[in-house]
Amino acid sequence: MVLDIIGVAITFLAVFVCAWFLGPYLAKVFGGERVFLSPVVRPVERSFYWLSGIKEDREQNWFGYLVAMLVLQLVSLLFTYVILRVQDHLPLNPMGFSGVAPDLAMNTAISFTTNTNWQNYTGEQTMSYLSQMLGLVIHNFLSAATGIALAVALVRAISNRKLSTIGNFYVDATRAILYVLLPMSIVGGLILASQGVIQTLGSYPVAHTVEGVQQAIAVGPFASQEVIKDLGNNGGGPFNANSAHPFENPNGFTNQFEIFLELVIPFALAVMFGRMVGNVKQGLAIGGAMALVLVSATGIAMAAEQSGNPALTGVGVNQANTATQAGGNMEGKSVRFGPIYSAEFAASTTGTSTGSVDSAHDSFTPIGGMVPMVLIQLGEITPGGVGAGLYGMLTFAVIAVFIAGLMVGRTPEYLGKKIESREVRLASLAILILPASILGFAALSVLLPAGKAGPLNPGAHGFSEILYAFSSTTGNNGSAFAGLTGNTIYYNSTLGAAMWLGRFIFVIPILALAGSLAGKKVAPASAGTFATDTTLFTGLLVGVIIIVGALTFFPALALGPLLEHFQLAAGHLAH
Amino acid sequence: MLASLPSELLRSLRLTLVIAVATGLIYPLLITGISQVAFHDQANGSLVTKNGQVVGSKLIGQQFTKPEYFHGRVSATVDPNNPTKASPYNAANSAGSNLGPSNQALIDRTSKDVAAARKDNYLDPNAPIPADLVTADFSGVDPDITEAPALLQANRVALARNLDPTKVRALVERHVQGRVLVIFGEPRVNVLDVNMALDSGEAR
Repeated sequence: MVLDIIGVAITFLAVFVCAWFLGPYLAKVFGGERVFLSPVVRPVERSFYWLSGIKEDREQNWFGYLVAMLVLQLVSLLFTYVILRVQDHLPLNPMGFSGVAPDLAMNTAISFTTNTNWQNYTGEQTMSYLSQMLGLVIHNFLSAATGIALAVALVRAISNRKLSTIGNFYVDATRAILYVLLPMSIVGGLILASQGVIQTLGSYPVAHTVEGVQQAIAVGPFASQEVIKDLGNNGGGPFNANSAHPFENPNGFTNQFEIFLELVIPFALAVMFGRMVGNVKQGLAIGGAMALVLVSATGIAMAAEQSGNPALTGVGVNQANTATQAGGNMEGKSVRFGPIYSAEFAASTTGTSTGSVDSAHDSFTPIGGMVPMVLIQLGEITPGGVGAGLYGMLTFAVIAVFIAGLMVGRTPEYLGKKIESREVRLASLAILILPASILGFAALSVLLPAGKAGPLNPGAHGFSEILYAFSSTTGNNGSAFAGLTGNTIYYNSTLGAAMWLGRFIFVIPILALAGSLAGKKVAPASAGTFATDTTLFTGLLVGVIIIVGALTFFPALALGPLLEHFQLAAGHLAH
Repeated sequence: MLASLPSELLRSLRLTLVIAVATGLIYPLLITGISQVAFHDQANGSLVTKNGQVVGSKLIGQQFTKPEYFHGRVSATVDPNNPTKASPYNAANSAGSNLGPSNQALIDRTSKDVAAARKDNYLDPNAPIPADLVTADFSGVDPDITEAPALLQANRVALARNLDPTKVRALVERHVQGRVLVIFGEPRVNVLDVNMALDSGEAR
């Protein structure tokens, strides 16, 4: 167990160190400066603009940026919808899967466009290789690039540029793909393939097993998909079992590598933020808040999962950690990862907006399963989805300086820009959209028969399944308490709506906030300015996040995981 | 601004197609090409052959029920054409049980498997059973068990094969795969690997 904890610590440390170096690179890329990849990538970048008719130097104001972003999402969404519908008439379908049904195809297209990657299907029984590659991997890149672009735009608005424009969306998204996501995916994909993640276009081989039965083994071109699934915080794996499947995540090293991929860009964006506003400590204050919440949450989940399920001890299961077994709550977990590394994966995938899973969150202990749920409900800002985490965190920062301003009786400012009633209203609106969708849809589902038909598990845990589903889709996470039967008309449509709200309605106030800040003059700091590059601010920021999250979600959590925890401790099972 | 919508649509469509070709075709085919050359075995599923026939994959669990083989974990996979029909170790339809920790169904299933493990391995009726042997993983094709349940099955395997139990235990210990790079993941025993070693006479 000690080795496991050291392994978890090493992984986090590797993330922080690499993010420290990746951050300045990102700042250069989005500042349009030359980087070491420029000789190779720049010509490709120019050809992208030429082929698409994009004028590189034409900057957009916040509304133009928003329109460009929404139009690109809509067009690419329809592109994927069509591919899924007609996959039976397209090549690279060796297993002969039929076209995807309309409501499932639409749910999936929305899901991948919004960076959610909620999956109401079993990949290896539904999707052709072409659908995986062309229909879904494209969104793994595009949705991640969209998140990064939005974060960059907000940072530009906050930093002192004396411009009312915030950049060009197409250019930011293209650069995110060509300079960041694609090069890292090529290297990472090959590392994964060397470890046993499959990458083939052949049909499923059939083994004649030792005991003499036929075993068809699903394969596919999946190392290339696996790496961007994690790096882009998408989470939608080619297999139903996601990163618990040995072909997606074959050993203890790949598990930590995937955690690393999930976390590195979100933390690097905090460093980039510091660079772009001209004060690295501003980025460290934000990144510190992200790290503090993530590491604490990981610790809680690790302790809960290693302690095991008391009800199983009662029927003769040995869950102790010994020299010959990892022990702990092993239902839904792989032997090669054990409870500690599985818990770290669960916290990392929900602290970001990834949503890939290396174990069944549905089968976690009540407290262990509450950790990923809460991390999503806090808004996935610790460290958050690629881009989405930074802009979510900066929204909280606006609220935090506002509260600090109220306490000292001074007009609040952030990085020299005055935070006035319009900014606070926009930030509050952004923060309120998520709980409204999560709690609203969860409440609707427990009222309607179609909603109540969803959960697999009885009692409090069934409610947790519903609550988790709408948290995950609104937060664009995509992980699930997977017992919920989501592939019904009711859930396909409500979960689809939640994904759309959580992604695109959420960013409207954020971009409006960016536009509002972009036009403001920078006031020089004075003795009365509340410093936002200190540990005090980090503490205040974490406090605001926890208080807002707790006040909003405690009643719902009390009915789900907390109730289940106390029932289980009292030996009360659900029938 | 809205007057420019048609031109935004056209730009977006063109950019979508360019990105689709780059990330949806060129990139995965490039990785496929390189992997097929550089990591041929891994890229094709780490398949294990015996006498020229594929017997399974190093990474994918398969079902063992006979007493002379080590048994793997509980598998929750089902028949894709009939989701109510169990189909353990179905490697083309991965799934977990998704049973919550307080679900009576989980406790019932586990009690049944605990009782079966005790009976199959000639243990006394209150013997504790290692957690991973009587739980299901999330994929249904976990290839591994920990050392504890492997040692627990050594006597049964030895008896069924008429071997010395200490030699079977020694074989298990030889086949424990350590953590990756000393620290990552958990030590484990690959069930297919240890069973093929038995069949090749390694414990004789």
